[in-house]
Amino acid sequence: MRFFEDIKVGDRREIGSFTFTAADIKTFAAKFDPQRFHLDEEEGRKSLFGGLTASGWHVGSVFMKLSVADFQRQAKELAARGERVAVWGPSPGFRELRWIRPVLAGDTISFVGEVIAKRASESRPGWGILQGRNAGTNQRGEEVFSILATAFVPMRETT
Amino acid sequence: MTLTFEDFLPGRFGTFGPRHVSRDEILEFAAEFDPQPMHLDEEAARKSMLKGLSASGWHLCSIMMRMLADGFIARTASLGSPGVNEVRWLAPLRPGDDLMLEVDVLEARPSRSRPETGIVTFKSTARNAAGEALCEMTSPIIVGRRAEAAG
Repeated sequence: MRFFEDIKVGDRREIGSFTFTAADIKTFAAKFDPQRFHLDEEEGRKSLFGGLTASGWHVGSVFMKLSVADFQRQAKELAARGERVAVWGPSPGFRELRWIRPVLAGDTISFVGEVIAKRASESRPGWGILQGRNAGTNQRGEEVFSILATAFVPMRETT
Repeated sequence: MTLTFEDFLPGRFGTFGPRHVSRDEILEFAAEFDPQPMHLDEEAARKSMLKGLSASGWHLCSIMMRMLADGFIARTASLGSPGVNEVRWLAPLRPGDDLMLEVDVLEARPSRSRPETGIVTFKSTARNAAGEALCEMTSPIIVGRRAEAAG
């Protein structure tokens, strides 16, 4: 991962894509979100969503999964160029998570992230705080998911 | 009886749990959705800012969803949620923790676009057995109104 100084507001990155199968949707829902429209096709069709729908927390967790895979890709690219790889800190949270449209069984969601703000951390010297707007779009080009995510990123000079 | 919009009044709605969280489920969730060393590897986790193995924040949120579902959403006329206003990950969820979930209703208002429904905004706080707040989540749920109220 890159250091705080090397990241610019406006930087955009394709994070990755994931196809939600009916089996994935039901497995996640049975563990974490057993509402009828996440567990059964017929109940999904009768609901506001119009079909078997992934739990919003499933969509968020897949966004995290693809983000981690992207972090690992970036780390490899940096290491291959002989550059130092930054180890990012844990996230303090997020805001404005929007489940804009349902993610239905068979949908493929592609996620893109854009850095929208950066500042030095007041509580942790040597660290910066990044804010990114990340969005997920389905195969029909409809935005289905959006989140304003926050991360602690180390500064180059102090690590 | 199914809970409807009218049953959600501002103030403390309830406290749910305990929900035990095992090391195995932390590792299983992290392997599938958040394979960062701080969630998978004891040694790497000790050296991280969180100083020990901890669950993915998305795992904690997903467990909170399950506690909400078991606590009341399963018997509520819920039509789903448009999103989450804010999540704050305040302290790490550790293997073996027993979670309690405090749920407050912040606001309940009828929907303008769909008068047969209302929007109830909850603040849910997950605490470990020591009472330490691990996560605060503020999120709206769309809830059906009683037939006579919707007319």
